[in-house]
Order: sequence, then structure tokens, then C-alpha cells
Amino acid sequence: MAKDKLMDFDKALELYEPVLGFEVHVELNTETKMFSAAANPANDANHGAEPNTLVAPVDMGLPGALPVVNETAVRYSISLGLALGCSIAPSSRFARKNYFYPDLGKNYQISQYDEPIAFEGSVDIELADGEIVTVPIERAHMEEDAGKLTHVGGSTGRIQGAEYSLVDYNRAGVPLVEIVTKPIFGAEHRAPEIAKAYVATIRDIVIALGISEARMERGNLRCDANVSLRPRGQEKLGTRTETKNVNSMRSVERAVRYEIQRQAAILAAGGTITQETRHWHEDTGTTSPGRPKSDADDYRYFPEPDLLPVAPSVELIEQLRAALPEPPAARRRRLKADWGFADIDFQGVVNAGLLAEVEATIAAGTSPAAARKWWTGELLRIANAEGREPAELATPADVAALQALVDAGTLTDKLARQVLEGMIAGEGTPQEIVDARGLAVVSDDGALIAAIDEALAAQPDVLDKIRDGKVQAAGAVIGAVMKAMKGQADAARVRELVLERAGSTGA
Amino acid sequence: MSEITPDLVRHLGVLARIQLSDGEVERLTGQLDAIVDNIAKVSEVATPDVPATSHPIPLENVFRSDVPGDLLTLAQVLQNAPDSADGRFRVTAILGEEQ
Amino acid sequence: MTDLTKLSAAALADKLSAGEVSSVEATQAHLDRIAAVDADVHAFLHVSEHALDVAADIDRRRAAGDDLGPLAGVPLAIKDVLVTTDMPSTSGSKILEGYMSPYDATVVARSRAAGLVPLGKTNMDEFAMGSSTEHSAYGPTRNPWDLSRIPGGSGGGSAAAVAAFEAPLALGSDTGGSIRQPAHVTGTVGIKPTYGGVSRYGAIALASSLDQVGPVTRTVLDAGLLHDVIGGHDPHDSTSLAHDWPSFAAAAREGATGEVLKGLKVGVIRELPDSGFQAGVSESFRAALAAMESQGAEIVEISAPHFEYGVAAYYLILPAEASSNLAKFDSVRFGLRVDVPGGTVEDVMAKTRDAGFGEEVKRRIILGTYALSAGYYDAYYGSAQKVRTLIQQDFADAFSKVDVIATPSAPTTAFKLGEKIDDPLQMYLNDVTTIPANLAGVPGISIPSGLASEDGLPVGIQFLAPAHEDARLYRVGAALESLLVDSWGGPLLDRAPALGANGGAR
Ligand SMILES: [Mg+2]
Ligand SMILES: [Zn+2]
Repeated sequence: MAKDKLMDFDKALELYEPVLGFEVHVELNTETKMFSAAANPANDANHGAEPNTLVAPVDMGLPGALPVVNETAVRYSISLGLALGCSIAPSSRFARKNYFYPDLGKNYQISQYDEPIAFEGSVDIELADGEIVTVPIERAHMEEDAGKLTHVGGSTGRIQGAEYSLVDYNRAGVPLVEIVTKPIFGAEHRAPEIAKAYVATIRDIVIALGISEARMERGNLRCDANVSLRPRGQEKLGTRTETKNVNSMRSVERAVRYEIQRQAAILAAGGTITQETRHWHEDTGTTSPGRPKSDADDYRYFPEPDLLPVAPSVELIEQLRAALPEPPAARRRRLKADWGFADIDFQGVVNAGLLAEVEATIAAGTSPAAARKWWTGELLRIANAEGREPAELATPADVAALQALVDAGTLTDKLARQVLEGMIAGEGTPQEIVDARGLAVVSDDGALIAAIDEALAAQPDVLDKIRDGKVQAAGAVIGAVMKAMKGQADAARVRELVLERAGSTGA
Repeated sequence: MSEITPDLVRHLGVLARIQLSDGEVERLTGQLDAIVDNIAKVSEVATPDVPATSHPIPLENVFRSDVPGDLLTLAQVLQNAPDSADGRFRVTAILGEEQ
Repeated sequence: MTDLTKLSAAALADKLSAGEVSSVEATQAHLDRIAAVDADVHAFLHVSEHALDVAADIDRRRAAGDDLGPLAGVPLAIKDVLVTTDMPSTSGSKILEGYMSPYDATVVARSRAAGLVPLGKTNMDEFAMGSSTEHSAYGPTRNPWDLSRIPGGSGGGSAAAVAAFEAPLALGSDTGGSIRQPAHVTGTVGIKPTYGGVSRYGAIALASSLDQVGPVTRTVLDAGLLHDVIGGHDPHDSTSLAHDWPSFAAAAREGATGEVLKGLKVGVIRELPDSGFQAGVSESFRAALAAMESQGAEIVEISAPHFEYGVAAYYLILPAEASSNLAKFDSVRFGLRVDVPGGTVEDVMAKTRDAGFGEEVKRRIILGTYALSAGYYDAYYGSAQKVRTLIQQDFADAFSKVDVIATPSAPTTAFKLGEKIDDPLQMYLNDVTTIPANLAGVPGISIPSGLASEDGLPVGIQFLAPAHEDARLYRVGAALESLLVDSWGGPLLDRAPALGANGGAR
């Protein structure tokens, strides 16, 4: 694959104005699918099911099967529309989007076309420096997900060169809400940051609503990023590309930056941008061309004759509106005050997209300071090193359980970090890992005293030094005891015992 | 006369994923031309003030409660599969891109 | 012993419940009849190997004193458009040869629950596209009245099966007349219920907004009995009506007294001139109206100015919806696969669909793809949906003046096999009288009105009623039926020629 030429980012921004747009697909975590009663794999309870075991007749397009709309999915969609500041259509319709693809059981996708359930809204996002940017929303519509293809053979495991493909229809029919922005102007050099903050905000919103598991690594939240450039001073929009498969917040940021640099290099060299979809490659941090737009993209939309209009009552809409969680900005203000974080600490949590995780960890009984430390300290560091998201590494419940073991004196900070490694490796809950790895602090004073006696025997002058007031001399003994206990002792307790032996109450 | 041409019919065959032979294209072009000439008259009375009817009996808000059911067994799912492997349907190489 | 195959379903049901005959005997009699005549008629694509077991089970349950439905033990033929777990379901297409459904259509499940005994699957135009059953991938069905003629379509198999006494009852589906037009040409009874009155779940979709499943029988009462079994709300079909339906059998029994004809206003459409109809068809129609008039009915001329656009609208809406509904037949999950050495899955799909679909199906898929494609939608599909509104308005205006509308069920009697096969447009015009009911969703019934004088072939009269008023059709249909059967001195089918020299079912 030929390597793309890239223009320096700042230089690109000097010459061109980036215009952004996003299509975010949110998989709803309803019990069942959008149009069938098959269990929904996008609900945690059904995650990881064997291929083709979550399939009802309509999901694989069996002859004679008919779709029926999931009421909860409609309610979730309305709630999401309202949270995005949208108007809810008094009547909206499903439509068929016709195209052939093996992952699409019926060879049409039931979606919404000219009558989406929610339209015309906006969402405020907050950047690292605290600035608020308003992203205009064009629409949010309901649709169904497609199945999953696995390409087998060839060298890459990708579509090109594969000998054959295997189709699993578990994901077919998973309820989706597709959120489409209007063109976002004025992003300028903050474009990559806006992209990331927008996706983070959508994620915060759906988590607060409780309508999606929102695990980007599982595809619960997927972002297509549209980027176009226009020369400074030009009115007409440039040709845009749509980068698909951008499945982490970090990647959204990187992909937008990459496209700006790539397109700028082409335009500056007198070239033209091809209107096409592009694929994001996490490993190389690049995009590659996909399918160009063509007249084969004639989706022949028409109103879905098997389904009827969705006409939510004003009462239902108002009931759902009243039940909305607070808007992200207000929520951030409240949490910051509740947690008592300094600006920089709080912004660190926001920027890492870890607000929901920290909040859930605190809700599970952890102190705000400890919750923040685990997520923006330990977990974020490991995630960055591995090119993953902190939320992929641990759940708030497990982090809270870990800190509870520290608070109870069962684990030292150092041992807790070992337990965390085990959690990330999928060894189980913190308590299970403590048990399995034998990591608990030795809290049996008898064992500690025996170790202290042994250390004192090797360093007989220490007790005298302490009695002379040189309390720091205890350090050598404490170190020896900790070493003997393989770190599984509470250093503070060891210190107490040593001082007790010296008949000193400590300094 | 309508604008049905062999090229159009061939293009419609691509959209409909039907590999039409040249003979079929030729035959269909003539037949569709005659049919379209006849049915195009719907536009005579379909004035802008007439609303469209998609469903003969108007209903709305027909929903299902979010309760699991209707699941097929893996054996039922694969019962009619022309080819399968590892509990999944097998198809030959895919050229095009996902939508 | 009486010939069990000649009994109406109601009469057979009476004998079954009285213990005079067993379901095994009744089922065997029909299997024997199929063996005797179906090589000629070819009404069946598949004869069930389970029928006698099912019948024996019903007999056992009856002996055990189980509470059985009124039709328990009566054999039933099932149009192959309906999916069944114990028999292949092909919809008359090669692309679905041997297809076994993991679930039963709702109407099939309800029939089984009511103790009906599935005899087999009946022939049809491929994917229900046609008016002659000549478009079946498995060869045509022949009209029991004249084996050189078509049995109507798409449900020619179901109509021929009941007309040839191979089954007392059959299930059909009607998208533009596929129950009523075969009834017309075979001297049988067929009902297209109000759209949403009978579940479409498990009916292999042709045009979702037009399709309706309904009964195919020899008498109006039998149709009512079967409709009572299959009808009513089904949560698996979003378009199914949550309506409290009366008993249609009760309506038929009530209608048979003839009281309903007194003061009944029967609308006759001014814009359907006699000139478009075979003389014998018009004659039979007028005679039936006169008979009704003689019993106190009032014939009222009404206007339905937009019906003439019905065929055009229909041949846009149907292909459009069908082109999408038939996209699922792609060789991936079920059905035919034509291998293309070295080809991509796209090549395999395109080759399979070319090889697996017949000419008429391809014609309509291409037409529907055209009607929906970018730039044509408004002129074609969009306009057709507007015509639908206008036709509904015509019906609303008419039904403000009359109780039912009457038309001949089709313009001509059964034509010869092959006569119109190469002229799709001529074939399409056959549905002119039946299509408006599908476009508007209103119910329609066809019952025999007599034989055409010029060819001695059956003619049907169609009644249409407002949506939800299916019971009215049963009352009116049963009233005219009893009047005509009395005047003929017996059912029309008694006059059909004898069948059965050749024997041997497939
Ligand atoms: Mg999109
Ligand atoms: Zn989408």
C-alpha cells in the first residue's frame, strides 16, 4: 500500500478550513432486538454468545418472517433524541434501505429515511481547556445492525485476499440509533479534539441514560467521521471523505487529524479529493480508501410496508423528558463540586473520558480521590501503553472492590497494583485474585513479630538506636521484614511493632 | 414511449443482483417498455394535493414488549444452509465493501 | 357409503363429530382421490406423509373425549406460499426447492391447533406472481372443468384441489385476486379478508401491503368455518388488526336464510362497462343480480372513477415491494446456490438469482427495482401510493350509498393454458376487478354465479364490503349461494366433468 503524503498539521490549518461531520451508531442494550424477540447481544447479559445462537426468523430473513418493533427501543431512542436537544417527530416511519450484502439477512436494512424519530438538536461538548463547543445535530434515527462477517484465508484476515467468509447473524437486528450531526464549522485546530470530545459526550449521555453498554471496543458505539477541507476564504464545501471503523475515542481524534493532513497534502499538490469511504487502521494510525460512491449506491428507500408509523404521544415524550438525566455540562459542574477536585484533577478525568467510570466507582463506595487515582493514574497509564481504553481494562465495581481491600488493610498499595494486573488479565474479581495469588497482607502479628525478631537478631544495634531517639533506624528493620514477607505486610503495622519492641511510642 | 433501454435494464439487473443474459436483457427491454407505457398513467391523477397511502388500514404504534422469545436453535438456523462451517454460513470471497 | 370427498367441510365435520366416520377414513378418502386425479390436475406440489398419523391422532383425541374444534379431523390443503415445518415450502419457485421452514405460518399453526389435517402443499404461480399458475416452476395446474384450461392464479392449486374434490378446504393468499380469480374460473368460493384480518406471519411475502391469506372452499359456510380458525390478531404481524371479529360461520348460516337480501343495497360500478367482459360472464353476473333483486335487494349504480388506475398502481406497488421482499433469496442462508468457480459472493448471488427465478419473477423484480430507483420514485411508486388514496376515497363514497359492491370476479372464464403466457400485459389486465380491494384493504368474496352460456365454464360474482365488514360478505354470499344452488338443483360443481381415469399422484 502506497504511503499517504501528509502535510504538517499547523500548516494544513493555515491553508484550509476543516469541516467536520459525524455519524455515531449507538447499540441499545435492550433485552431483545429491534424487530425480533431474540436476545440482544449488545446487552451485557448476552455478550459473547456462540455464533448464530441469538437468532429469530426475522434476523436471518427467513421466508415469511415479519418484524415487530421493540417498544423499549423506541422509548430509548426518544430519550436519546431528547438528551440531544432534538424535537421528537409526532409521527415517524421506518423505511427499507435496499442493498445486497451477506451480513444483511433480508438484503435490506430497516432504517428511517425521510421521517426520523428525532431531528434538529444540539449538544454542548467541553474541551480540555474548559471551552464549550456546541455541535449541531441533524437527526437521530432508529435502525437495525447487520450480522458479522469473518474473513478466512489470505494473509491479512481482511476482506481482500480472503478465500471465504463466515457469517454470524447474532448481531443482525441489534437496535441502533444513528446520530447524524450537521456540518461542524469553525473547529479549526481543535478539530481532532472536538471529534474526541463529541464522541466522549455521546458516550457520557448514553451511559447516563442507561440505554447502551457503550463499550467502544465491542462496537456498542461506532463513529464514522466525515472530514472535508476548503481553502481559506472559499464558500463552497470541499469534497468529504467518510472514515469508518473508528472505534475508540483516541482513534477518532487521530483519524480526524490524519485526514486533515492527508487531504491538505493532496489539495496543496493540486490534486482532488475522491468522495469515498475510508477505513481507519488502528495499528498503523492511517486511513485507506474503501468503496468510492457510485450509482450502485441507489438504496431504493421506500416506506417499510411491514411496519407502521411510530407516533409517540405528547404525554410519553414529556414523561421521558422529565426522566432525563441532567445535561453533561451541568453534570460535570455538579460532580466537580461533589468530589471537591481541583480544576486540573477534574479536567484530567474529563479529558480521559472517564467521568462515568469515576462516578460509578465512587457510587460503589470508593473515595473520590482514590477513584480518580485508579482511573486517571494506574488504568489510564496502562491503557495508553497498550493502545486501549481504560474502560476496557476494568469495571468500576471491580475498581471499587479493589480499593475496599486497600481500605480494609488487606492490601497495600503495592499489592493492590499487582491485583490490578490480575484484573486486567481477566483473572477474576479482586478478592478472587487475592485468594488465588495469595496476595493478602499478613495481618497475623505473630508472623510479623517472628520476622522482626529475626531482623533484630541480624541488626542488634537497632533497638538501642531507637531508644536513643533515632527512630529512623527502624527503617532498616522494616525493610528487612517487608522483604522477608515478600511485600505482603503492612509497613505501618511493622513499624508500630518495632517501636513497641523498643519500648518507644514512636516519633 | 418510455426510456427503457438495454443499458438501463442491465443496470437494474446489477441493482437487483440478477445476472441477466443478453437475450433476457433484450426481451425485458421490450416488455418493460410496453408495461411502463401502460402504468405510467398513475401520474395523471397523482396530483400534489393527494396524500400517499402506504398501509391500506391505518394503524400506528404497534409494538412488542421487550421480552425474549422466538429463538431458533443453531441447528434450525443452519438447517437450510447451502454451506456452513464453525456454526456459521460460509460464502465465497467478498469483493465489495461493507456499506 | 357416501363419497366422503363430495361432502362439504361442514357436513364432513358433522359426521366426524357424530362418530359416523373417522378422520383417518376421511383423510384416506382424500388421499385416494389425490392419487386418482392429481396426475391430471396437478394441484399438489407435495402430499403430506404425515396426514394419516395426524388424522389418527385426532381420532384418538376424539375417542378420549377431548374438546375438539368444529373442523377437527377435516383435511386441509395448504398453498405453498405458507411455510410449514413438516413439508417443504417453495412458493412455487426453484430457488426454494426442498426448503424446510423451522417454524409454521400462523395460519398453519392455528389450523393444526384446530385439528385440521394438512394434506399437502398446493401449486401456485412462482412467488404468487401470475393469474394462471402457469408460472409455477413445477409445471402448471389444470382446471378440473377442462384440463386444457388454466385454474386461475396465483392460487390455482388450492382452487383446483377443492374443485376436484381432492380437499374440502384449502388456504390461499390474495395479493391482487389470487384467491378470488381462481375461485371464479373453478366454480369455487374464495375470500380475501380485510387487510390485517388474517396473519401474514409465515406467508412468503409477495407485496406486503397487499397480501392477505384467506379460505378457499366449495361453500360459503365452509369458508366461514375456516376463516374462524385462521383469523384474528397475531402479535407476530404488525399489520394484524386487534379487532373483535364475529363468527364468520355464524354469519354464513344467518345469511343462508336469505333475510339479508331484503333491502340490501348492492352497488354496481358504472365505470366497469359490460364491453370489457366476456358476454357469458356479464350475462351470469346480471342474472345473479336479478335473482338478488327478486328477493328484495336494490341495485344501485355507483361511481368509482379511479378504479381504472388500479391496475397501473398495482403493477407499480407490487413489483416494488416484491423486488425488496425477494432480495432475501441470495444463496447465503437457504435455497438454491449456483457455484461460480473463482467467483465472488456477488457473482454467486447474481447467477443464483438468474437461474433460480423464473421469467415472470425476474420481470417484476426488474420492474420494481426501476419503480423505486433514484429519480423515478415520485413518478412511479409515489404516484401509485396516491392512486391508492383515491381508490380508497372511491370506496368510501360508494359505501356511503350501498352495503356491498358487486362485480364479475374476472373478465373472462378460464382461458387456455399458454394463451396469454407470452403477453404479460394481457395477463395483468385479468386482475382489473379484484385489484381495487387489495389496494384499499377491503374484503372481497367470489362465489359461483353460474356457467357462461358460450363455453359452459364457471363464472364467479364478487362482492366487496367496507374494511372490517367481512361478516357482511358471508351473509350476502351465503344468501345468494342458497338462492342459486336451489335454482340449479344442486351445487354448480356437480356439473363439472368426471375426472380420474389416469390416476397416480406425484
Ligand atoms: Mg450512515
Ligand atoms: Zn446507520
